[in-house]
Amino acid sequence: MNVLQWVVDGIALGAVYALVAVGLALVFGVMRLINFAHGELITAGAYTLALTAAWPRAASVTACVLVAVALALATERVAFRRLRGATVSTALVTTFAVSFALQAVWLMAFGPEGRTADVLTTLNRAAVRGDVDLRWVTIVELVVGGALVAGVALLLNRTSIGLQMRAAAADPRAARLLGVRANRVIAFAFLLAGFLAAVVAILLTVQTPLVTPTFGLQITILALVGVVVGGIDRLPSATAGGFAVGFATAVLGNALPADERVFLPSFTFLLVIVVLLVRPAGLFAPLRASAVDRV
Amino acid sequence: MRRHRRAALELLGPIGLLVAVGLIGSGTSASTREDFVGTLIAATTVIAIYVFVGNSGVISFGHISFVALGAFAAGVMTIPALIKPTVLPELWPFIADNEIASTASLFLAAGLGALYALVVGVPLMRLSGLAAGIATFAVLEITHNVLRFWEKIGPGAKTLSLVPTTTGTGTATIGAVIAVAVAFAYQRSRRGRLLRASREDGAAAQAVGVRIHRERLLAFVLSGALAGLAGGLLVHQLGSITTEQVYLELTFLTLAMLVVGGVGSLWGATVGAVLVSFLDTVLADAEDGVGLGPVEVTLPNGASLVILGVLMTLVLLLRPSGITGGREFGLPSDRGAGRWRRFGR
Repeated sequence: MNVLQWVVDGIALGAVYALVAVGLALVFGVMRLINFAHGELITAGAYTLALTAAWPRAASVTACVLVAVALALATERVAFRRLRGATVSTALVTTFAVSFALQAVWLMAFGPEGRTADVLTTLNRAAVRGDVDLRWVTIVELVVGGALVAGVALLLNRTSIGLQMRAAAADPRAARLLGVRANRVIAFAFLLAGFLAAVVAILLTVQTPLVTPTFGLQITILALVGVVVGGIDRLPSATAGGFAVGFATAVLGNALPADERVFLPSFTFLLVIVVLLVRPAGLFAPLRASAVDRV
Repeated sequence: MRRHRRAALELLGPIGLLVAVGLIGSGTSASTREDFVGTLIAATTVIAIYVFVGNSGVISFGHISFVALGAFAAGVMTIPALIKPTVLPELWPFIADNEIASTASLFLAAGLGALYALVVGVPLMRLSGLAAGIATFAVLEITHNVLRFWEKIGPGAKTLSLVPTTTGTGTATIGAVIAVAVAFAYQRSRRGRLLRASREDGAAAQAVGVRIHRERLLAFVLSGALAGLAGGLLVHQLGSITTEQVYLELTFLTLAMLVVGGVGSLWGATVGAVLVSFLDTVLADAEDGVGLGPVEVTLPNGASLVILGVLMTLVLLLRPSGITGGREFGLPSDRGAGRWRRFGR
């Protein structure tokens, strides 16, 4: 293993984490809600892939996207819409509860041992061999991750709905007074988050085809940590934070010797604490930003 | 007079509820009794979290670290020294060679919980909001990771077993009542009120001279001690424990109990813990079939968790400040009287 290989693996994993981070930051932007249930959208997408493994690939992938988007819109409509006036800690614990209930549903419906989603496992083939091994999935992660982050950025900066989303994020009350329809903007943010979650589900199942009830939980927690460490108030800093956590996880996982690798989470989270103490508003936030004070 | 009566009620309400749980539990069969003991330990844990989160208004996902530390310290130190080298061969000599009684181990658990909270709290109490939430979560991850893989201080990824099971309804009730008493004394003390002032308006509190960092640290250490105690009680109830049992799921469950009951009051923390534990037990029993009058109801496997999750969501959506609305225990007449008296002055 050489350093270049570590960097390539790190960037690929970072791209996937960045997609989760964008999904979290979009929803946080429009309604100040840390959507912990975002991981369940990923899990739902992955289970759809597993259950439709016999279908043609395109149909399976479409179903995955549709299910994740539908679940995102449904959770918003049924639960999160009522949270708009709630304090942030109540809102956060409510998303926990929704996540907990959905995990229990997966457990009840599909059992604890997991289902296999081997829809796109052909992407595991090597594309380039040599000093640096490059699998197709790595390339796909890089391209799709980069394209989607760029796409969301374009959407936010160049379209009317994007402008409305940014307005709602900057000042919800003023945005409403100026005619931005909150329901529409928030639903759109959830729609985007659902779509991104489906893409993450597709990318993740290529490498780890076994889908268990907690499939989306771990990556969501880590990406959430990354988002806050990066700076949740702005999309670029949140995305960079998510990317950094994914990158660090991959590189440290490769770089540490095996008997110290078990303590990898300790090193990562120690780093997180240090960053938060030095820059509470986020590593990539503007220098004079005040500390986030919303939970 | 009335003021004192109200204060007494605020203390006696939670204590009465917990003692009732203990008394009812002690009259039931051995297997049912464990559910009641579990409820009391959950209440101790939730009250411990409340002492910090409720009074400071800062969220913490890290308190189960103190429970974990307390549980493993109390467990490892009470396993008989004769068999300890065989079951846990990697231990450091001073841990392996010594053995203490169960009661002493509870003090050890509380002390270590407080010490750990102090060490963690000195840097972390500067943070608030989301940064505090994520930083305390990082503490939980580190604690779990170290306990799981460092075999010089504990069982590592294996199950810690052969711990004396000394937590019955009596011990658990005493533990929970101690937690209530400490929480009550703290929140009515000068220091507790200073912290609550900073919760309501940080800038104003600082302007009148409240040192927020110091006040938060005190609450954090107190709640760390109570959480450690809860961990000690837990390990002596179960007899065996793994690191996974004091990790994410317990964190979410205890926080949910606190928020469902009402973050803002000691009564809320107590009610939330008792109610959610009770519901959890009843629903789990219903999966094995339970007689409701003439009808025998059997829930499908796993349905209890779904129902619990949905119910918690509903409570949070319909009563965002919890079942108690963040109020302390009191009789209806007192509550009204208090309101008018304040108005009259």
